[in-house]
Amino acid sequence: MKEIDLMIIGGGPAGLSAAKVALEAGLKVMIVDRNMSLGGQLIKQTHKFFGSEKQYAKTRGFDIAKRLIDKLAVHKDNLEICLETTAVGLYKDYVVTTLQGETYTKYRSKSIIIATGASEKVLAFENNDLPGVYGAGAVQTLMNLYGVIPGKKALMVGSGNIGLIVSYQMMQAGIEVLAIVEAAPKIGGYKVHAAKIRRLGVPIHTSTTVKRAVGKDQVEAVVTVELDEKWKEIPGTEKTYETDIVCISVGLSPLHQLLSMAEIEMRYIPELGGLVPIVDEFNETSMEKVFVCGDVIGVEEASSAMVEGSLAGLIAAKRLGKEHPEHEARLDDYLKQLSDLRNGPFGIKTRVGLKKLRGVGDAR
Amino acid sequence: MGLFYESVLCYHVRSESGGIMRIEKHPILEFKQREKIYFTFDGKEVFGYAGDTIASALDALGVKVVSRSPIHDRARGFYCAIGNCGSCHMVVNGVPNVKTCITRLEPGMNVNTQKGKGQIR
Amino acid sequence: MLDKTGVPTDSLVRSRFPDTSFLVKPKAILECYEDISCNPCATNCPFKAITIADGLNSQPVLNPELCTGCGICIYSCPGLAISVVQIVEDKARFKIPYEFLPIPNSGEVWSGLNRTGERICDASIINVTDSKRQDKTVVVTVDVDKKYLYEFITIKVQK
Ligand SMILES: Cc1cc2nc3c(=O)[nH]c(=O)nc-3n(C[C@H](O)[C@H](O)[C@H](O)COP(=O)(O)OP(=O)(O)OC[C@H]3O[C@@H](n4cnc5c(N)ncnc54)[C@H](O)[C@@H]3O)c2cc1C
Ligand code: SF4
Ligand code: SF4
Ligand code: FES
Repeated sequence: MKEIDLMIIGGGPAGLSAAKVALEAGLKVMIVDRNMSLGGQLIKQTHKFFGSEKQYAKTRGFDIAKRLIDKLAVHKDNLEICLETTAVGLYKDYVVTTLQGETYTKYRSKSIIIATGASEKVLAFENNDLPGVYGAGAVQTLMNLYGVIPGKKALMVGSGNIGLIVSYQMMQAGIEVLAIVEAAPKIGGYKVHAAKIRRLGVPIHTSTTVKRAVGKDQVEAVVTVELDEKWKEIPGTEKTYETDIVCISVGLSPLHQLLSMAEIEMRYIPELGGLVPIVDEFNETSMEKVFVCGDVIGVEEASSAMVEGSLAGLIAAKRLGKEHPEHEARLDDYLKQLSDLRNGPFGIKTRVGLKKLRGVGDAR
Repeated sequence: MGLFYESVLCYHVRSESGGIMRIEKHPILEFKQREKIYFTFDGKEVFGYAGDTIASALDALGVKVVSRSPIHDRARGFYCAIGNCGSCHMVVNGVPNVKTCITRLEPGMNVNTQKGKGQIR
Repeated sequence: MLDKTGVPTDSLVRSRFPDTSFLVKPKAILECYEDISCNPCATNCPFKAITIADGLNSQPVLNPELCTGCGICIYSCPGLAISVVQIVEDKARFKIPYEFLPIPNSGEVWSGLNRTGERICDASIINVTDSKRQDKTVVVTVDVDKKYLYEFITIKVQK
């Protein structure tokens, strides 16, 4: 069995940021990611990001990924990257099993950082399994990573930031977006994102949901229906759209499977997106020296994922006896960045969620 | 392993007449010409491009149905494209239940629509 | 209204315009109506004309006295929420962000759209910039009739 200092599972913004700080502190690091490239969700984000300069605001997502990856190059002697490799097992004795192709490998790691992100929720409706019904992230992956357009017309279900942004990106790729429907009475995402789609003539219908997809072997049409204040369908308000793409964007839930496997203590916190590990103020789980960062501990943004990643890398190094030369200053900086990012009204959910999770004050 | 320099980001491609659903021009992304990769899908020779996954290549060819559900024989396409949901399982080189959305397309692959659960080997 | 449809009301829009006396010179209009964690408009303005009260989480406010209309904030704003406007005789001259194809050419006449995407007027393309620092957010200068000052928001190619 191979022995390593620090195994990072997931090479998105959280995992990459963790790797950077841990490498600076002198650890030997391995990153495993099941994807064909590093960068996680960022590699398909073609829009400029919000936040402040420290989190690369106004830089396009895929360029942020590139920068995070480039920053690791100077450390390449201490870094091993395994792509197209899925972590399939995590055990109490710090053993991680990975699967690459048909090959299983076992590693024992002194510390482990889990940065596996989140997965898109599915929505129940008639024929939701018809080909042509895609998760919004899948459409984005196809368009922006592989240059493939999955259809000509689309209906978007869900008006959170992902639904709004993917709608905009579909238009940039030449797909006609017929409408965005949202079951809640209000648009979920940022209004600046909503406005930039609205001004191109795409209607956003709130208090409306998808009733069924129609088609034999693939989507040919979709039927929507309006909802009353009690979220009950209003008969007679059905509307049919001829379309070949139905895009579902109804939220994300943290990918908790590995954590559950190691019997790490978990709690269900709706504000954080679902089942998340119980952690201390530095995101260490109930299993000593096992840390979490990014969307896996509460669905948020790349900006906070990066800061949480850096924090995890910093603390992991210290716990392994290799304190980062700027430990104290970095620690203060990361904690301050996190509290700043969560200070606005959009940070409320996270603040409430974290409070429930830790049962204490809300500052990280 | 140690694939540091393989972690490049740009997989974008310009279509040739073959790829019907490929983006040609994009306001933000640049599309590089890539090498064609020939493979077999349900007995026919077709192609995708270097950097494609099996699923992205098939979607570009207009193939939407990648499997049939075990009990009700319902058509399945793919859903998440990042390896989470399992709705893209196909039989690849004789092996069933391969997640084609995260499996790199390779020359000469033999890809087949999966009917039912696939045999557990 | 904004919450339900994504379209700001007329009075909300007008609240972001400085007094028309300022508009003899180009001034930025910040259509950012929510307190989100974001500040590149403020940190990139070379004239310190934009303030965000707590530095990150409140809405940006323009000081029209300091704004030179340089347009840097237009492509610095990830929400594409900023335009610059000036009144030139009977025209309102806008600089707007644009991220679609085709890219317009100066001299062309495009459709001017309002905030719900309806065509309201002709929009004459005056200038188009696409420098490296804009990072693919093209800035288009267009003239529309002055009476659409509070209605015009973007352009679409004429069919
Ligand atoms: C459409 C869209 C728009 C967005 N816009 C913004 C924005 O404007 N601003 C912003 O700040 N944020 C934005 N985000 C959110 C942001 O992308 C995410 O919050 C961020 O990527 C989370 O980072 P992460 O590292 O936790 O997870 P991810 O980026 O999801 O990375 C997780 C990585 O783990 C890998 N992985 C998972 N499981 C395993 C396993 N078992 N074995 C090996 N590898 C595994 C995955 O392949 C992936 O690479 C957006 C997200 C989307 C989808
Ligand atoms: S137009 Fe120029 S001066 Fe005016 S606010 Fe924007 S960046 Fe500042
Ligand atoms: S950069 Fe744009 S979205 Fe961000 S605060 Fe400024 S105006 Fe609002
Ligand atoms: S489409 Fe979900 S696992 Fe492949």
